Amino acid sequence: MSDEVMILNIGPQHPATHGVLRVRLKLDGETIIEAEPIVGYLHTGIEKTMEAKTYTQALTMTDRMDYLAPMSNNLVYVMAVEKLMGVEVPERAQYIRVILTELTRINSHLVWLGTHATDIGAMTMFLYCFREREKIVKMYEFVSGVRMMSSYFRVGGLAKDVPAGFDRRVKEILDTFPAKIDEYESLLTENQIWKKRTIGVGKISAEEAIKSGLSGPLLRACGVNWDIRKANPYSSYDKFDFDVPLGRNGDTYDRYKCRVEEMRQSLRIVSQALDGLPEGPYITTDRKIAPPPKEEVLKNMEQLIHHFKIWVDGFCPPVGDVYHSIESPKGEIGCYIVSDGTKKPYRVHFRPPSFINISALNKLARGRMIADLIAIIGSTDIVLGEIDR
Amino acid sequence: MLPQQIKAQLEKDRAADFESLEIARGDVAAYIKKESLVDLCRYLRDTPDLEFNFLSMITAVDFLSKRTKRFDVVYSLYSIPNHHRILLKVKLDEGEEIPSLTGLWDTANWQEREVYDMFGIKFSGHPDLRRILMDEDWVGFPQRKDFPLTYEQPEFSHNRGRTELLNRSQGVEPN
Repeated sequence: MSDEVMILNIGPQHPATHGVLRVRLKLDGETIIEAEPIVGYLHTGIEKTMEAKTYTQALTMTDRMDYLAPMSNNLVYVMAVEKLMGVEVPERAQYIRVILTELTRINSHLVWLGTHATDIGAMTMFLYCFREREKIVKMYEFVSGVRMMSSYFRVGGLAKDVPAGFDRRVKEILDTFPAKIDEYESLLTENQIWKKRTIGVGKISAEEAIKSGLSGPLLRACGVNWDIRKANPYSSYDKFDFDVPLGRNGDTYDRYKCRVEEMRQSLRIVSQALDGLPEGPYITTDRKIAPPPKEEVLKNMEQLIHHFKIWVDGFCPPVGDVYHSIESPKGEIGCYIVSDGTKKPYRVHFRPPSFINISALNKLARGRMIADLIAIIGSTDIVLGEIDR
Repeated sequence: MLPQQIKAQLEKDRAADFESLEIARGDVAAYIKKESLVDLCRYLRDTPDLEFNFLSMITAVDFLSKRTKRFDVVYSLYSIPNHHRILLKVKLDEGEEIPSLTGLWDTANWQEREVYDMFGIKFSGHPDLRRILMDEDWVGFPQRKDFPLTYEQPEFSHNRGRTELLNRSQGVEPN
């Protein structure tokens, strides 16, 4: 019996695979010999669709990739277009972008923590995390009108200024969240069952992780100090003081510790950005990129023309290509845009962190038990919308 | 290292590998010769001051009739210790193969599979070049610019009649 290899398919419809991921396992008894992730069940051709839309319209597609971190995806896309066109973004817009993307990081980590813990049997976590996540989702609704597909950032700034009462709502989150994170930790960090299920599970060395292209908390859990917010600061991140939490062993437990600590650091950044939030315009005053304010449009012929030109023709970046990447909750999300000088992007490609992180699944899971595989998939924090695009 | 320094060092050491080398929008961007791809990437990865040890992204662009050589294969390399980036591009004709980077970085495996799946570009030396996002019996390569946009492929036997009707009504034939 010992030389008999069993093939087992987990998914694509399985609650513990976090979407339509399929894993083909080669098993010796309950031990995994090989785990091959099979993706593509959610492929909707987002990159192709973006080629048929203007630069502003294409923005709405980016939310639909990583729907748990819509603001991060918006940010990488608008920043890539801004880099292509050489647009200066007003400081106020940069700060609001930072506040919202850091809240997005917490949002994404909360969903990860809730689902990951439920997979391993800690059901309470799911309810707690989604209770707190609701506050951030409400925040999205407050600023953009939509709970998930916010599309709030625009090339050159924001869609509109934040509504009155924004400070108060962010403060409320800042005041209540630290205690909640302590609460999660009190349930898990020293929990014997949690530790037994995660310590030493899904281990990878720093060298292997770099070779496999892992990024984000997965790489930092191996002790590699690489956070794009620190390494190549964008959107005023260099003005805020925060730490990059690192792990040592590169296992599931260290990834958990890193992400929980990242939530605390995100709160620190949000609080500094809120305190230093400057006044000023929320979008660039270049009328070839951003539409003029409505009151000017009603009074001024020139501005009326700009208004129509922007919404009918959009804007045309110069011919060329650009790659820009930022630190999304899942790792390095990159955006490569080729412009042929027209109003629609000639080609858009995203470097999806989930896609590249899950490609290393075999390295993480080989030699472990099936039950560990569930913990490992949870710890990679994937979103299938982003993997398949 | 600053982009200017990287450019200067590459011009000094490896000028023969490049077709063009420039600084575009803050990063070094270069067209390189296909034959020197693997060797140059190994040099970029292992040279102490450069240390481009992280393969960020592989993708391709289809220029169709805009250019004589149809495709660009694009590589973005990053250095985790030095925080700098380089964009490498290789021009390819239709049907031409390009050497795989799977020998240097494991992450090239899936990313090259995606490029193959979407553009039909073959990577020689790739251990497992199969479709990844599209169905394995899919016809054509969706990201190519001449892929028919209105034509729908019957994916299952039960919708064969409907999609064929739809395609005929729009006057589109499979390519």
